[in-house]
Amino acid sequence: MVSRLRQFGSLLALFLAVGFVSAAIVTVAGTARADAVPQRVVSMNVCTDQLAMLLAGEGQLHSVSFLATDPSASAMPIRAEAFPPNRARAEEIYLMKPDLVVTGSFGNRDTVQMLRRLGIRVETFPLANSFDDIRMNLRRMGALLGREARAERVIAVFDRDLAGLRVDGDGVAPKAALYYANKYTSGHHSMADTIVEAAGLHNIGGDFGIRGMGQLPLEALIMAAPDMLIRSRDYRAPALAFEVLDHPSLRKVTDETGEPVFVGARWNCGTPAVLVAVERLIEAKLRLGSPRAPYRETASLRRRD
Amino acid sequence: MGETDGRGFVLLCAGLGFMVVLLFLISLLVGPASLPPMESLRALLAGEGDATAIVMREIRLPRSILALMIGATLGLSGAALQGYLRNPLAEPGLIGVSASAALGAVLAIYTGLSLLFPLALPLMALGGALAGVLIVQALAGGYSGTITLILAGVAVTSLASAMTSLALNLSPNPFAALEIVFWLLGSLSDRSFVHVQLAAPFMLIGWVLLAGLGRSLDALTLGEDAAASLGVSIARTKLLAVVGTALSVGAAVAVAGAIGFVGLVVPHILRPLVGNRPSRLLLASALGGAAMLLAADIGVRVIAPGQDLKLGVLTAVVGAPFFLWLVLQTRRQMP
Amino acid sequence: MTALLALSDLRVSLGGRAVLRGLSLTVSKGEVVGVIGPNGAGKSTLLRAAMGLIPVQGQRLLGGDPVQALPAGERALRAAFLPQDRDIAWAMTVAAVVGLGRLPHQAVRRTTVAEDRKAVDRALTRMDLDALRDRSVRELSGGERARTLIARMLAQEAPLLVADEPTAGLDPAHQIIAMETFAGLARDGRSVVVSLHDLGLAARWCDRLVLMQDGAVVASGIPSEVLKADLLRRVYGIEAFIQQGPGGLIVQPTGIAG
Repeated sequence: MVSRLRQFGSLLALFLAVGFVSAAIVTVAGTARADAVPQRVVSMNVCTDQLAMLLAGEGQLHSVSFLATDPSASAMPIRAEAFPPNRARAEEIYLMKPDLVVTGSFGNRDTVQMLRRLGIRVETFPLANSFDDIRMNLRRMGALLGREARAERVIAVFDRDLAGLRVDGDGVAPKAALYYANKYTSGHHSMADTIVEAAGLHNIGGDFGIRGMGQLPLEALIMAAPDMLIRSRDYRAPALAFEVLDHPSLRKVTDETGEPVFVGARWNCGTPAVLVAVERLIEAKLRLGSPRAPYRETASLRRRD
Repeated sequence: MGETDGRGFVLLCAGLGFMVVLLFLISLLVGPASLPPMESLRALLAGEGDATAIVMREIRLPRSILALMIGATLGLSGAALQGYLRNPLAEPGLIGVSASAALGAVLAIYTGLSLLFPLALPLMALGGALAGVLIVQALAGGYSGTITLILAGVAVTSLASAMTSLALNLSPNPFAALEIVFWLLGSLSDRSFVHVQLAAPFMLIGWVLLAGLGRSLDALTLGEDAAASLGVSIARTKLLAVVGTALSVGAAVAVAGAIGFVGLVVPHILRPLVGNRPSRLLLASALGGAAMLLAADIGVRVIAPGQDLKLGVLTAVVGAPFFLWLVLQTRRQMP
Repeated sequence: MTALLALSDLRVSLGGRAVLRGLSLTVSKGEVVGVIGPNGAGKSTLLRAAMGLIPVQGQRLLGGDPVQALPAGERALRAAFLPQDRDIAWAMTVAAVVGLGRLPHQAVRRTTVAEDRKAVDRALTRMDLDALRDRSVRELSGGERARTLIARMLAQEAPLLVADEPTAGLDPAHQIIAMETFAGLARDGRSVVVSLHDLGLAARWCDRLVLMQDGAVVASGIPSEVLKADLLRRVYGIEAFIQQGPGGLIVQPTGIAG
């Protein structure tokens, strides 16, 4: 039902909406030259920034994107202070003389092509949509950096933390609506959906047949009668795109939740930090009164693969 | 003239009023969430905070109210400006008033001023509209002819739109640049009673001022000297026309962007039906404008449900060919 | 008895150029005053100044009160004005345009619809427009439009009528009808000030003439005192045939002087 074009639009929107999101892992370029361990790695994307910072050895990572220090986009802003920032421009990256560049697989295709033409090895990571994607990302980044053992340790901790999350699963999941600028929401096949469902909530976005990201009319959202609204934070500078999140018709839902629940930096990227987002959601869920209309899981609506 | 004519006018206004009521009701029943009509009307009037009532009261009702009021504003101000400038092509969108109002609104919103002081939005849009009217009047006042007026309008519109684009591009918010479409074409999507409260008082005051123009506009049919000799105060007329337009159009643009062509098309269709009398055209155009914008706003929701098609797209599709036809007409009449 | 219109020592400058230089004129009840003079003499400016449409130095009394002190509505009840500009912006019917003359009455005196319609009918009949009353002014010939505008001024039913070249563009019959109408109104006790280019009409139907040149009055008085061969030669630069006929003075320009 969702066309490729729309998915591309959704990706673009996510890129803007959740604050310069990106990245995940899958091998795109060949691994012919992977035998030599890179010693001067540059990351151009806020998500690969975090994977690289998690896994790189001492002195191996040379530069991260300027967003890595932005707490609204990155889950590791303080750690990122240690690295010189870049703005993902071919010229600037080339002059850093990296032996490996890692970045997301969309949004900067021209820069990537230019760098490859200049003979620089670039590895791109697509969006992570699931916990499996996160493990895969970590493994691939570990392999690229020659830090496989470190990657396995991080994955082990991630799995232990994931298993330790206490989700009371009595079969009745309160309904949560994800709502971002310009009425975008996340449906199936998205990290946000994975986080919401992991917290024992039901993401209504998927009920509308949305995969990845898509627009959801305000009326449709209200009629779905969600118990919780999880919204993107207002940007530093105002724009009409965010006005809808303060629409009076949403007041009833937000009143129910008490304090607003925000999509933050930990939602942006497929890193172990998503578990913190899940924990926060579980806390918010506990603040909810008992859900008004219990959500009954029906096979026809759940089209997750 | 005489009673027969007067009866025709009452009949016309009653008919237009009926259309407005009908379209208002239809507008309440159209939306991406397809609700059963009877149930939704019941929820609107007697609902108890359930989802249907919230959709009807918080989303659809303010949208329909704004469509009605902004349509009336555009129709009325178009008729008033045409009468005042004695030019059938005068219209807030074409002569740059809407674009300058949008610039004012954009400055208020994207600098964050309207967050600190909500009234800054309508006030700055109003200021922009006022500047727009005064500039156009300075450039093309004194009834200097259609071409001068249109050229002045094009100049003001281009400059204001360019400044709007600049302001939006300079915003650190990545969404701002995309919102230029809203300001240039206008939309009523997801407006709320917050917007109604901000804009309605200014529009109402603007209407009162413009409604006070009736006799003066009739007299101006014969030119400024004749009008003055008929007891019309030219200064008062100017004040009412300029301030009334700035107030109503400024407030309308502040909450819905610049919606073009309504103020051009509606007075033109209705003018022959009111015996070409500028005073009668005011009320008729206000009703006609409300009907047209309600219809257009129903149209955008029916054509592309949930896609936020901009209102100005629809009004331009109707209005632009009409405008060209009018240009031809005017050329034939004034060689 | 106060004069309907009393102008004394009017001075007007437009763009730094003196257009009226200390001009005085008094119009009494029951007379038709013709303002004549070559192009650029200041006739239109004089009439507009008299109506209070432009700022002046000097005194303007309308019905005994300073023009600029009168409320606009009251001024419109005391004097009707026909400007030179014949443009009618919208395609109204003849009757509707003539009806615009009733605006000051509706605004100030709150006249009834019936009263207004009677006044409009009288004006239409006077200007021979009964057959055209429901026609759009867009469909009229230039002369018909000019008559419509004269009728509009008549419908105002003010004691003083000020008309800037009302006969321009009219055929001879309707020129005579217009001038006869003015003369008739004067006989009924009203007063008319008209600027004219047609010296024949001025000679035949005006009680008094004011000959202007360069913003000043060169001569004024009854037609036979003003329309003299030497004056016409000096002011207009023309030769003219001038003779006292049975119905009044006959003046016909015959050639360029010199």
